Amino acid sequence: MAVDLHRFANPARFMRLTDAIFPWSLGLTVLLLASGLYYALIASPQDYQQGETVRIMFVHVPAAWMALSVYSMMAISAAVGWIWKHPVADLSAKAAAPAGACFCFLALVTGALWGQPMWGTYWVWDARLTSMLILFFLYLGYMAIWEAFDDQSKAAKAAAILVIIGAINIPVIKFSVDWWNTLHQPASVATMEGPKIHSSILTPLLLMAGAYTALFVTIFIIRVKAEILDRRLRIMRMNQVQEKGLKG
Amino acid sequence: MTRKRRRLYFVFAAVAVLGLAATLVLMSFEDSLVFFRSPSDLAEKPMPAGRNFRLGGLVAEGSVVKDGVEIRFVVTDMAENVPVRFRGLIPDLFREGQGVVAEGQLDEQGVFVASNVLAKHDENYMPPEVAESLKKAGHWEPKSEQEEAN
Amino acid sequence: MQEFLNMGGYAEFVWPSYGVSVLLLVALVIASVRRLRRVERDLKPFEDARKARRRRPARQESMSS
Repeated sequence: MAVDLHRFANPARFMRLTDAIFPWSLGLTVLLLASGLYYALIASPQDYQQGETVRIMFVHVPAAWMALSVYSMMAISAAVGWIWKHPVADLSAKAAAPAGACFCFLALVTGALWGQPMWGTYWVWDARLTSMLILFFLYLGYMAIWEAFDDQSKAAKAAAILVIIGAINIPVIKFSVDWWNTLHQPASVATMEGPKIHSSILTPLLLMAGAYTALFVTIFIIRVKAEILDRRLRIMRMNQVQEKGLKG
Repeated sequence: MTRKRRRLYFVFAAVAVLGLAATLVLMSFEDSLVFFRSPSDLAEKPMPAGRNFRLGGLVAEGSVVKDGVEIRFVVTDMAENVPVRFRGLIPDLFREGQGVVAEGQLDEQGVFVASNVLAKHDENYMPPEVAESLKKAGHWEPKSEQEEAN
Repeated sequence: MQEFLNMGGYAEFVWPSYGVSVLLLVALVIASVRRLRRVERDLKPFEDARKARRRRPARQESMSS
C-alpha cells in the first residue's frame, strides 16, 4: 500500500489523478447538496425539543466534522511529507488548510446561532467550544507559517511541526464532552449505543455531511493543483533569475 | 518592509496565535477542569458563599415557582438538591425535568443566587410524534449519557 | 411559505446559519478557482518557452533568455 502511494509523490502523476477525480467530486457535490438542502429545509420534521432550530444541525455538525477530519488529514500529510520528503504531501496539507479553517469558522458561528435560542447564550468557555476555537487558531497559525518563509521547504517543515503537535487537540475535542462537564451535549451519532437521532433527522445530516465532504474534495483538488503549479512557477522564476545572473 | 522583517512579523504572529491558544486552554482549565459543579459535587466539596461558580443538573420536578420578577427552582442530580433563585431572562428550553446550568454564587442561607441561567439539552433528536408515542407507550426515558454516568 | 420563512419563530437564527455557510463556501470556491487561474496564467510563458525549446532542439543555444 505504501509503495503504491509513493507513485503519487510525482506531481504530474498526482495531478492526472486529481484531474480524473474532479468531475466526479463536482457532480457528487451538486447532487448531495441539492438533496441535502431539500431534506434539511423541507422534507424533515422539527425536533420534539428544539423545534425548527434543529435545522441548524445540518450545517453546524457537517462543518464541525469537516474541521476535524481535514485537520487530521493535514497532520497525516505533513507527517508523510516530513518523513518521505514528498513536496506533494506538504502541498496537500497547505491546500487543505483554508477549507478546514472555513469549516471550523462555520462550526463556531452556526454553533453560536444555535446556542443562543437553545442554551440562552452565544458562547461559553466549556471544553468543547474552547477546544474548537483553539482548532481555529491552529488553522490560522498553520496558514500564517507558510506566508512567513520565502524558503518554502523551511515553511513546510515549520508548518508540519505546528500541525503535528496541534493534533493532540483532535481527541481532546472529540472526548471533551465526555471527559469534562460541558454545556455542549454528548455525541448523538458516534455513540456506543448507535445514533440517538431519529432516521428522519439523521438522513439530512448524513446527506449534508456527504455534500460537505465532496465539496472539500472538489476545493482541495483546485487548491492542490494551484499549489503544485505555483511551486513549479517559483522554481522556473528562480532558474530565470539565476540564468540572468550567470550571463552577467 | 524587507523580506526578513516580513518573515519575522509573520513568525511572531504565529507564535502569538500559539500563545493565545495556550492561554485559552489554561483559561478553560480554571477551577481545575470544571465548567460546572453538580449538587453532589457541592455536597462533597462545599463552595464558600460569595464565590462565583456554575451549578449544573436537572430542574427538579414540581420545584419551579414564579414570584413576580423572581423565579425559584431546585437543581437536582437525583442524589442532592440545591435551591436556586434568579431574576432575569429564562431560555426557551427551561422547564422541569430539563438540564440546566446556572451561574452565580451561594448566599449565606445556602441558596444559589443565579446571575445567569442556561438550558442544557440532551443528545437525543426525534420528531414530536415519535416523542409522543414513546411517552404514551411508557418508554419515555431520554436519559443522557452524563446523567447515567452520575 | 410564511411558516417556512418563519422557522417556528427562530428565523433570525436558522436563516443566517444557512446564509453564512453558503456565502463563505461559495467565496472559498471562487477564491480557489481565481488563484488557480492566476498561477496557470503566470506559468504559461514559461511553459510556452519550454515547448518552443523542445520543438527546435538544434537551435537550443540561441533560445536562452
